[in-house]
Amino acid sequence: MLAKRIIPCLDVKNGRVVKGINFLDLKDVGDAVDLGRRYALEGADELVYLDISATLEGRKTFAELVSRVAEAVNIPFTVGGGIRSLDDASRLLDAGADKITLNSAAIARPELIGDIAAKYGRQFVVVAIDAKSCPDGRWHATTHGGSRPSDKELFSWAREAEDRGAGEILFTSMDHDGTRSGYPCDVYAALSDSLGIPVIASGGAGSVADIAAVLIEGKADAALAASIFHYGQYTVAEVKRQLAEAGIPVRI
Amino acid sequence: MIAIIDYDMGNLRSLENALDRLGAVYTVTANPETIRRSDQVILPGVGHAGLAMDNLVERGLPDVIRSLRQPVLGICVGMQVLCRDSEEAPGKPCLGVFDAHVRRFSPAPGCKVPHMGWNDIRNLESKLFKDLPSGSYLYFVHSYYAGLCPDTIATCKYAGAMFSAALRYENFYGTQFHPEKSGSVGEKILQNFLAL
Repeated sequence: MLAKRIIPCLDVKNGRVVKGINFLDLKDVGDAVDLGRRYALEGADELVYLDISATLEGRKTFAELVSRVAEAVNIPFTVGGGIRSLDDASRLLDAGADKITLNSAAIARPELIGDIAAKYGRQFVVVAIDAKSCPDGRWHATTHGGSRPSDKELFSWAREAEDRGAGEILFTSMDHDGTRSGYPCDVYAALSDSLGIPVIASGGAGSVADIAAVLIEGKADAALAASIFHYGQYTVAEVKRQLAEAGIPVRI
Repeated sequence: MIAIIDYDMGNLRSLENALDRLGAVYTVTANPETIRRSDQVILPGVGHAGLAMDNLVERGLPDVIRSLRQPVLGICVGMQVLCRDSEEAPGKPCLGVFDAHVRRFSPAPGCKVPHMGWNDIRNLESKLFKDLPSGSYLYFVHSYYAGLCPDTIATCKYAGAMFSAALRYENFYGTQFHPEKSGSVGEKILQNFLAL
């Protein structure tokens, strides 16, 4: 049976892993390669490395770090942050990344999704959507680390991304990210039902029960989490053991 | 020396890194002589099976590969092109080493296509899986699969289909999953292949 995936997310700034609340107040939590290797040994199913400084500061992504991760880690990993062109994606593929995430650049130039998918396959392209709930009851995608609104609505944008060649959708609720208050499961379930590609839930896990809820009630194919792993609240192995006890198919 | 066949079908870095972690010595090549003289041959591949066959033909490799007597391992699309034919390449014969037909997954409720992620493999019947228990998890990314056939040496289930997770005919082996991305279990499979 296909396992639900547990994916530690490493937000990287200048080669170090950092974590903040709602993308602010960043704290250093370790070396990007060491931490990735440790998570892989603990049983992480994939890793995601996001260069969080890239878009804000206009920095190009971090191919050198990606090469070192590819050498050290024996599970799939995704990289993102500041990817704006097919060339950016090609460099990361050459460095050894299994997938890339597009966020702000895909909103600015949606055809980029198709350009990259046509060259490297849709399994290589994850479209990340950072969305906020708005007073009108809809979820709106934001760009630039949550700091700028966009004209894209979550559901229609996710479908458009799939139609253009995205292989997965990584949806982060900016209302929940880093708060450890749980995921908005109803939104995830509706999103997962509306798409033919996997949905990765991100932002908000405070407990294993939260992760279990988004995988079952939220129908997510994978859960991505940072805070609960980085601060040693749980190991990846502990999370997976508890999910298995709850009857959720996971790779132990 | 291992020959990794380079026929422009996806990135080889993952495989090279995995072999580096095992301390294995390899060369990346499309040269028929180098391939023939190597101790083991790996045929990787990510992408379209039809394009993969075209690229092999363009490099004059189909007969070279079929005539190999050392252990050969096809990975993912590399395994699929070792089969008889594929729905992804209608009307185009593949290498025909494995007596399997490759077809597309039909979407089933709750089962998205491609089949992507970690799935468990069972009915393990080969030295390739030495010291690995039935139910081991491997990493898959594919929309097409080889059905069960006499060459099946491991099975997997997805979207209502039971399919070949791995195949073997004489010195030819193929895995639908990516051992180079499958953690310590994948590393063990690569080690087992190199020890054949």
